[in-house]
Amino acid sequence: MNALVPAPSVPVLSAPALSVRDLTVRYGRAGKTLPAVDGVSFDVAPGETLGLVGESGSGKSTIGKAILGLQPPNTGRILLHGTDITRASLRQRRVTAIDLRVVFQDPYSSLNPAQTIGQTLTEPLQVLRVPKDQRRPRILESLAAVGLPADAADRYPARFSGGQRQRIAIARALVCDPQVIVLDEPVSALDLSTQAQVLNLLADLRDSRQLALLFIAHDLGVVRFLAQRVVVLYRGQVMEAGGAEEVTQRPRHPYSIALTAAAPVPQPAEQARRRAAREALGVGAAGATPPAAAGCPFATRCPLTTDVCHRERPPLVSGVACHHADQVAGLRLPTRAA
Amino acid sequence: MRVPRALRTVGGVLSAAWLVFLLLASVTASWWLPYQVDAQDPAHTLAGPSASHWLGTDDLGRDVLSRIAAGSWISVGPALLAVVVAFGIGIPLALLAAEHGRWVEHGFSRFAELLLALPSIVILLAFVGAVGVHPWAIMTVLGVLLSAPVYRIFLGQAQSLRTRLYVDAARVNGVSSLRVNLRHVLPAMATTIAVQAAQLFAISVLIEAGLAFMGFGPSVPSPSWGGLIAAASQHVYDDPWLMVPTGVVLALTVIAANGLADAVGGGREREAVPARHRKPRTTVRAAAGGTHDAGGMLLDVRDLTVAVGGPDGHALVTGVSFALPPGTVLGLVGESGCGKTMTARALPGLLPAGVEVTGGSVWFAGRDSAGRDLAGLPDKELRAIRGREIAVISQEPMVALDPMFSVGYQLTQPIRRFRGVGRAEARRIATELLGQVGIVDAGRMLRSYPHQLSGGMAQRVCIALALTGSPKLLIADEPTTALDVTVQAEILSLLRALVRTTGLSVIIVSHDPGVVADLCDEVAVMYAGQVVESGTVAEVLGQPAHPYTAALLAANPHVAEGLPVPERLPSIPGTVPAPPDWPTGCRFASRCSLATAECAAPVPATPAHGAAKVHGAANHATGTVRCVHPLSSPAELPVPHPVERGVPS
Repeated sequence: MNALVPAPSVPVLSAPALSVRDLTVRYGRAGKTLPAVDGVSFDVAPGETLGLVGESGSGKSTIGKAILGLQPPNTGRILLHGTDITRASLRQRRVTAIDLRVVFQDPYSSLNPAQTIGQTLTEPLQVLRVPKDQRRPRILESLAAVGLPADAADRYPARFSGGQRQRIAIARALVCDPQVIVLDEPVSALDLSTQAQVLNLLADLRDSRQLALLFIAHDLGVVRFLAQRVVVLYRGQVMEAGGAEEVTQRPRHPYSIALTAAAPVPQPAEQARRRAAREALGVGAAGATPPAAAGCPFATRCPLTTDVCHRERPPLVSGVACHHADQVAGLRLPTRAA
Repeated sequence: MRVPRALRTVGGVLSAAWLVFLLLASVTASWWLPYQVDAQDPAHTLAGPSASHWLGTDDLGRDVLSRIAAGSWISVGPALLAVVVAFGIGIPLALLAAEHGRWVEHGFSRFAELLLALPSIVILLAFVGAVGVHPWAIMTVLGVLLSAPVYRIFLGQAQSLRTRLYVDAARVNGVSSLRVNLRHVLPAMATTIAVQAAQLFAISVLIEAGLAFMGFGPSVPSPSWGGLIAAASQHVYDDPWLMVPTGVVLALTVIAANGLADAVGGGREREAVPARHRKPRTTVRAAAGGTHDAGGMLLDVRDLTVAVGGPDGHALVTGVSFALPPGTVLGLVGESGCGKTMTARALPGLLPAGVEVTGGSVWFAGRDSAGRDLAGLPDKELRAIRGREIAVISQEPMVALDPMFSVGYQLTQPIRRFRGVGRAEARRIATELLGQVGIVDAGRMLRSYPHQLSGGMAQRVCIALALTGSPKLLIADEPTTALDVTVQAEILSLLRALVRTTGLSVIIVSHDPGVVADLCDEVAVMYAGQVVESGTVAEVLGQPAHPYTAALLAANPHVAEGLPVPERLPSIPGTVPAPPDWPTGCRFASRCSLATAECAAPVPATPAHGAAKVHGAANHATGTVRCVHPLSSPAELPVPHPVERGVPS
């Protein structure tokens, strides 16, 4: 019944800052391997955060790489402010994609240990040919924006903790004053208390700078905190897309339900109830058998699977790709007892 | 700060000093040489060392010292050229191949293999035959030949460095490919380059001397070392001394180059290995006596202290106490650097080298119900307990499995050892264990190799492996952290089922309060090497008494269905202090909003959560908190209150 309702979503504020259309990425030859990303489309508006959620192998990081020009897509288009950058080389992107920056997951490998923080932050400014006398003020400004003192610029990465390094990586993205930032699992390597600091920082930046954020994560709880809209991926295909509250609170796809039900909450009684509900759900073990290439990728694990699921790939209709979208509501975990 | 590491060893200093001395001596030779290179002294031919000729004279009465010194540049210079050529070709090719992927790499690698297949001495001699004796040109050819091994060595390193995220970040920022290579890839190779250059230099010096000895060196009057040795070999019988000075200088140069390579390359490894080896544990503390009232506990840890670097080192875990009744699950929760993994690893004596238990007791009621103190046991006895009575699973299941052997082999080996059964029986038990960990197709799994398994399947196999000795205690160190959330849920359900059906006790180390809430009966919250709060999960997670526990829970973005997410998360300012920076008072005080002057004094663990006794109570109503200002009601928590059912707009 929910499938008939149009996908609820936050109204698009203005022309999208980033558009991805029918993106397909394959590692290896066609026919031999299933695509890592298969026909994915989405928009991110200025000031909006889009969460790209999925487990390992869902293709979420590959989408980020394709947008950044680190992995050439096979088909599809990537538009930045309406400009096609799908096939732009990294050299061409120096002109066409100066608004697009990245923050990676691993705070330990994302900073060159042999360079001071100042040198790391200067590098993108050199590429943009920012005059020398303006570089230092901009570096200090972006360090201040992420809550680091000015003297951090003269130190090496080894002097900083994981959370601080992630702030530095964010400062490196901010120093060019970008409008679109791809955040590839920016908090998943951090402890809870530092994760909260970095999430708050990202939320502040999102609100104060009208940044368009593509937030790639495996953790729906974290995505729900930061994102307005969510795209749920499974084996390279969009399973569900919609507003963050809708997807996390009233999921309309069996896989979204499995994802939300699997994330444990720190209230023992509530978690015991959710565990019982999850175990009753009947979602199969991951990786048991590979799905048929022609059918729904989730068919081998789904409790609603029928013959049609193995035969035909369900189209994405009002934000849900499921042949049995009308039965999904029955799978949802009961909400917290009053 | 970075370079002199190589000079911290005596060998490194001596080697570098000799090479520098040689270089200076050859450059300045014309100013201080006692004799002209070709000055002949017919009165003293083939003379030994004397006051006028320190190293003697040769067959024409020429001063040997002057000739060696003057000849050092023509002997060493071309060898240096060979090294420069080899690296000048090999490293750029390696960088290009690493950058441009498969096809370029294939092309370069086939070319390098071709060069490697050529017999270098034959090529060099053929070159001499075709072009004539030109030492610099010959060594250039040698450099080209040596570029192939240089390429091979640096290709792998360049490829691995290019996977670093800071390289990707620089590329996304539009940094040119030359600059990426010069600033992000090449500097990280510096150590290897120095080591390889020193070794190749030594080889080149020897090859050049060899060629000169055979007559393919600098033309006769010029005094190359190889030529000097060749000349001396004419007089092996009438003046054996003549061979000695040149030979020693040549040998010293080669040894110095290798010594320098050793010093540069070895410095890093030596720093990584802790200087102090683990002492026998019994010398640290006497083994505890035979009587102990464990109150029916399987495990009773009291005042456990773990330190790195011996008694004068610093502590990583201090005064940790907890108890575990049989058939229960205890969670050790906290952030990284809080000592939870060290605590868990200390129990079965699996601490890394240099880290040791320096105090406290680990009472374990093993199979012989009398029980004993594991903290006092020598490693040999602990080895008998590990696997049989205490099993361990870790965060990375793939690392725990040997890629060379099938799952069946890896399971049946410990089963046969622990249970003393035959091959067929071991296989039957392995099938049973795999069924127990939820693997349906056990027959196929036994034939599988680890690389064929997904992360979740591998962790199931690891759990089956842990069960082979039918242990009473399973220590699980972040067993689900590397897994997807749906797989994590499956593994947690599996562990829960095992506890219920086999009576296993589990200590699970986790940074995720959600995992603890899902699986554990009891929880000990660790902060900066201490247990700051403990009790049942319902009490500790539901009504946290320690401000750290409360703040940690509040910082968690995971909320149950129907609850709103906050606009901003209540985060804890600052970071966990490192062990050397721990204050004498409350270790959380610097980040705590409730801290007062009283918090500067050491804070003992006090009963909490309605526990009458801190420890050893027969009914196990234990709960502790280590805080001067324990939170008494949920109202004090900075956690947003649950709102009504449904999603708030």
